[in-house]
Amino acid sequence: MKAITAEELYKTYDKGKIKALDGLNLDVEEGTVLGVLGPNGAGKTTTVRVLATLLVPDSGRATVSGIDVIKNPQEVRKIIGLSGQYAAVDETLTGWDNLIMFGRLYHLSAKAAKSRAIELLEQFSLTDAAKRPIRTYSGGMRRRLDLAASLIVKPKVLFLDEPTTGLDPRGRQDMWGVINELVKGGVTLLLTTQYLEEADQLADEIAVIDHGKVIARGTSDSLKKQVGGERLEIVVENQHMAATKEIVARISSSALNVDEGLRLISAPVTTGSKALIEAAKLLDKMGIHPLDIGLKRPSLDDVFLSLTGHLAEEKKDEDLALASKKRGR
Amino acid sequence: MHAISDALIITKRQLLQLARVPELILFSIIQPIMFVLLFRYVFGGSIDTGQPGGYVQLLMPGIFVQTVAFTLAGTAVGLTADMQKGLIARFRSLPISRSAVVFGRTLGDGALNIVVLTAMGLTGYVVGWRPSSGFLNITLGFVFLLVFGFAMSWIGVLIGLSVREERVATNATFIAVFPLTFLSNAFAPTTGMPKPLQYIAEWNPVSTMVAGCRQLFGLENQFGATAGSFPSENPLTMSIVYMIIIMAVFIPLSVRKYNRAVNK
Repeated sequence: MKAITAEELYKTYDKGKIKALDGLNLDVEEGTVLGVLGPNGAGKTTTVRVLATLLVPDSGRATVSGIDVIKNPQEVRKIIGLSGQYAAVDETLTGWDNLIMFGRLYHLSAKAAKSRAIELLEQFSLTDAAKRPIRTYSGGMRRRLDLAASLIVKPKVLFLDEPTTGLDPRGRQDMWGVINELVKGGVTLLLTTQYLEEADQLADEIAVIDHGKVIARGTSDSLKKQVGGERLEIVVENQHMAATKEIVARISSSALNVDEGLRLISAPVTTGSKALIEAAKLLDKMGIHPLDIGLKRPSLDDVFLSLTGHLAEEKKDEDLALASKKRGR
Repeated sequence: MHAISDALIITKRQLLQLARVPELILFSIIQPIMFVLLFRYVFGGSIDTGQPGGYVQLLMPGIFVQTVAFTLAGTAVGLTADMQKGLIARFRSLPISRSAVVFGRTLGDGALNIVVLTAMGLTGYVVGWRPSSGFLNITLGFVFLLVFGFAMSWIGVLIGLSVREERVATNATFIAVFPLTFLSNAFAPTTGMPKPLQYIAEWNPVSTMVAGCRQLFGLENQFGATAGSFPSENPLTMSIVYMIIIMAVFIPLSVRKYNRAVNK
């Protein structure tokens, strides 16, 4: 059963000038994690907002647990949790105040709201900070409380919009741990991220989106395969470059890629570790000791580059220009 | 229906904020008290009103109305902040009544007005304000002020949910309310103004509120209003009409706006 479906979603801003969603299609199987990956401005947040009933698309259809998000938003709200950069908690209040408030807004009794708050604070290691105002929390603690607030009624479907944006590496690791625990509990999760590593870590499947539509979909491995197989990469001293090129050419049937500056010679190979061993043997026979030698599988960065023709980072400038234009309106 | 209990949870949140950050309440009180003292002692001496008990009798209703009119600003700035931080998005993702957040907010700002008006009234008493109309009328006067503040608060909801930044909300509300309170009979007689302004001032809801409160607090003096104009003859009726119009227009608009609000 599909926990989330989205069919042909369109949404434009600024009288059609900015296409936030341009025929987006998506579905998520129950109990799985879909990572929605894309640069700033690709349409990730708009997608989450439509699915979480905050935004009505210009056209298209979407369901969560089989319930139409446009026709029946109030029913959808009962079974979803939303957290992330654009869903927040009250920073003036304490962690405890916030969890009680949200518990009561989910129509728990005063007693049930209290016991759920105690449980969640425990689960997210925030018990000691419960009585402190949120504005005294670290970024990681704040995000954990934010996440806790979205789990008050044990949602069937959880939306996390860039859950680790702005966190330091330690905070990010903690957050990943917390999310992995949740996923084990069986919740269906849709998570957006700009971090390729994050999608790789947390998601069963990845949907790459750009300019408001899904441009690739699959497991991390299948996406990597789509870009190409493994490459043999060897770094040697300058005087061995020529000999090494010859050796690599003998092993790989495809064209070599040579970076003189990095003294890096690489080429696609089809036989995996066998190719690596063969290269090492031949190098050794010639008395060449490589500075580095290995098989490299394409990173998700490579995936993004080959799918969109631009790097994930590249679009940011364009996006900022767009954002400032919007503000100046 | 959960509509009322949901709204009250939002109101409670606001009161909790005041409890957690007492400075908030302190500063909401200081400004109106400062106004009372400044007008009483800076202008009070040079304005001849012919009013027994002096300028302060006329001033207090004016300054009460000005203060509750500015409720709009607090509402607007608070909602803009909530929106910027993404709190509105979270509230909207919850299965709560569609009007709970905005009703809760306006009720909370109304509750704060009770505290502010009490502090002002006491300060007024200290500097010589003596309402002479008896307990019932005085209470009615304050109820009028609270309802007017509540109505104005709804204009604040619409402004707060329409602008993108707190500073814009502050400026926008100031521009909306400041002329309204000075183009009125609140601090000086309208008869001294140029004719077109006089006309505006007399139909200004702030003027009818001020004149209405002066009546309820036991003053006959209309503070130099043009005799015979409809609003100055019937200030209480006009005030009620204005409050109904403001709420009838701005409550539906605000609720609609809230249900479409997303932070950028």
